[in-house]
Amino acid sequence: MAAGKFDFALAIGGEAGQGIATPGNIMARLFIRRGLHLNAYNAYQSIVRGGHIFLTIRVSEEPVYTHGDKLDLIVCLNQDTMDRHLGLLGDDTRILFNSDTITPGEGAKGVGICPIPVSELTQSRNRLIQNTVGVGATCSLMGLDFSILEESLTARFARQGQSVVDENVGVAKAGYEYAAKNFEAFPVALPGNPHHLAQWAGNEAIGMGAAAAGVKFYAAYPMSPSTGVLHWFAQNARDLGIMVRQVEDEIAAANMVIGAAQTGTRAMTATSGGGFALMTEAVGAAAMMEIPVVMVNVQRAGPSTGVPTKTEQGDLWQVLGASQGDFPRLIVAPTSALDMFNTIPEIFNLVDHYQCPGLVLSDLLISEGTFSVDPDAINMNPTIDRGELITEDSTQNGYNRYQNTESGIAPRAVPGTKGYIHVVSTDEHDEDGSLISDEFTNPYKRRASVERRARKFSDILERVAAPELQGPKDAEVTLIGWGSSEGAIREAVELLEDRGVTANRLQVKWMVPLHSDAISAVVNSAKCAIIVENNHSGQFYRYLRSETGLTIDKHIRKYDGEPFMPHHIADGAQEILAGKADTFVPYQEVNV
Amino acid sequence: MTTGTIELKASDFKSGINPDWCPGCGDFGVLNSLQRACAELGLQPHQILTVSGIGCSSNLPGYINSYGMHTLHGRSLAFASGAKLSNHDLTVIATGGDGDGYGIGGNHLTHTARRNVDITYIVMNNQVYGLTTGQISPTSRLDMKTKSTPFGNVESPINPITSAIMSGATYVARAFSGDIRHTTAIIKGAIEHKGFSLVDIFSPCVTFNLDNSNDFFKERVTKLEDQNHDIGDWKAACEKAIEWGSTINIGLFYQDPDSKSLGAREPVLNDGPLSSRTLGITEDQTKKLLGRMM
Repeated sequence: MAAGKFDFALAIGGEAGQGIATPGNIMARLFIRRGLHLNAYNAYQSIVRGGHIFLTIRVSEEPVYTHGDKLDLIVCLNQDTMDRHLGLLGDDTRILFNSDTITPGEGAKGVGICPIPVSELTQSRNRLIQNTVGVGATCSLMGLDFSILEESLTARFARQGQSVVDENVGVAKAGYEYAAKNFEAFPVALPGNPHHLAQWAGNEAIGMGAAAAGVKFYAAYPMSPSTGVLHWFAQNARDLGIMVRQVEDEIAAANMVIGAAQTGTRAMTATSGGGFALMTEAVGAAAMMEIPVVMVNVQRAGPSTGVPTKTEQGDLWQVLGASQGDFPRLIVAPTSALDMFNTIPEIFNLVDHYQCPGLVLSDLLISEGTFSVDPDAINMNPTIDRGELITEDSTQNGYNRYQNTESGIAPRAVPGTKGYIHVVSTDEHDEDGSLISDEFTNPYKRRASVERRARKFSDILERVAAPELQGPKDAEVTLIGWGSSEGAIREAVELLEDRGVTANRLQVKWMVPLHSDAISAVVNSAKCAIIVENNHSGQFYRYLRSETGLTIDKHIRKYDGEPFMPHHIADGAQEILAGKADTFVPYQEVNV
Repeated sequence: MTTGTIELKASDFKSGINPDWCPGCGDFGVLNSLQRACAELGLQPHQILTVSGIGCSSNLPGYINSYGMHTLHGRSLAFASGAKLSNHDLTVIATGGDGDGYGIGGNHLTHTARRNVDITYIVMNNQVYGLTTGQISPTSRLDMKTKSTPFGNVESPINPITSAIMSGATYVARAFSGDIRHTTAIIKGAIEHKGFSLVDIFSPCVTFNLDNSNDFFKERVTKLEDQNHDIGDWKAACEKAIEWGSTINIGLFYQDPDSKSLGAREPVLNDGPLSSRTLGITEDQTKKLLGRMM
């Protein structure tokens, strides 16, 4: 742990089925209830039992934007965790483990080896009991008063009855006392702040953002790492009056959502890249019929089934090119869970205004990460703007759904409204909605339709914020990222500063529309621009080049399934500055 | 469903656009029957939403005076389900062909049936792909020669009626577009039914399927209504549905009298259609959500 601000990383490792989530949740909740910030990343595999799970929870007095570069304490639940991670621990760290079943290896100097004889302490045959013992010992090492943990365990297990509470408090206390007696606590005790924070996973932030935006219809098919959005909606559907459907496939999900949206309901779906591939035809349908919908693609490592539990920024070109034909769409890649929450209502207002599909790119890093959030920063009543939506009956006839207006946007009436009967169609159509694709095609009308749909977006750049350069203008290096890498880049800039290198950064969020001029200005005045991407081929760079003509030959790319840690980027920037590499691919130290 | 406003005639449900179907196409009879059914049920055009996929018959929403969605090939039931669940005050009627519904859209048919969404699905079954100029469809007979099976079809057709019953559909009927009065009655029953209804209608293609012509059906169709068929008996329904020879049965094969639609099972819809809800969430709801996060 560095001197200065409290910044501590705790990891819990074991195999699927060993119940890592429970101690993780207990500790995370304990941290936020002390007003501490946290950022948690869970490395896991697509397996229900077995494999290796490694949950890292970083906690600090200050906001933390990644799970960090180093660990202070590991709670080992199996031998595998010990074998994989012990070698990564440095000075003034601890490793806790059940000495009944786990043999420690040779740790580096300064690593506190902390064996706990779990069966001797608990006389329990419950396999999961070692987790609670570990939590007790952890609290002791972190200098927490036991009463705080007792309160937290009581709340956690209250629903399962007093005997479960008693058992857990009892064994936690045994672990706590054993650690206090036998191991050296960390020199700085866990601080506290009276202002309680909240926590959420990115997928929950997506669900909450949608609820705040007024989404009343959500349909989806389960697919990692997007399934948490479905779970959030399912859990809250009845309280919030939201229709939630798990349907037969992503094709149904996307098209149902368009059907719901056509009747005037705000509707959304979320999936991962493979499911989004099935939704692509629907993207064009929404564009052609001009029905506002939002589809979220929570990216994972591809192609195809790929690595279902690992992260990647690999679907930018998929969403750019989704669906046949030539039409505008909105694409946004929010940069954090809170940004995700705020962006969902924003994009709903935009798609309602422009009557078009809006695509949101998340990824496993944001969606399945757990983050602290200040409850005061969560605005559940954002501005809602439905655009030109007709819901009042009329006695006048002659409504043209696709009126060739100057702005390109034609007022939209929903079924059930008197006086506005029309058909929306995926075939090319005239202003009144009648087909111009079958019996008599009409090149003049076709051209007018294409131009009107394109014209709708002529003022779009004014409606979304341009990315802004953060940090000193004359920095030695400019790190350019997009979407979820903001946290890692932000901390990499700090790390570079510690190492004596001045850096600034530009995080691009809106892919379409792309603020080409703003980005070009930054790139053109940068001393050394480096693009940072969580993919192999530089998808964002190639897109930026196609839109701006800019060529940038310095890159940091990672495509091993694990997210960037700040030092990966800082190391890369230094290698590039030293002329040792043009494209730097960081080495992932831990095999999880 | 009946409203107090002016009674409309079948002709009031014409859209003003003339169908581009081939002269003699069976789909004219289906359109006609649907317009009559809407008029006889006292429906108002703005309260109806017709949703189709892609194919000759899927052009139907353009020809009926109602709100319409002319969507993607095979996906009409997904769009229709979303629309119905979003605004259950609408009468939602999905229409399309056999390729659209039983081929590319087959998965949605199975699941919309078991989900029992309160929509009526009218399939104009001509046992061939017409708009793509003559290939086999999932209901084409064995040995049928088409452009994609020049030496004869070696695949067996599916039976939409038994498939729908097995999938859990709660109103399953077959009609023949040459008998408009009977088809109208079947469609009316389907619209009135609370739950998912499939109406498979023989709608002969005069251009690409000369085997299953108007005359072919005229000679063979026999009404279940004349046969003391028990519509609550799904096994008997399946037996009647697979008869295919000198007698081909039409009529209502199966209806679940206790059908409860998805909308009726979903408490979220108790407060009225989603589409007319106030957007945003209340302070109490916010408090509860934030409470769980802390």
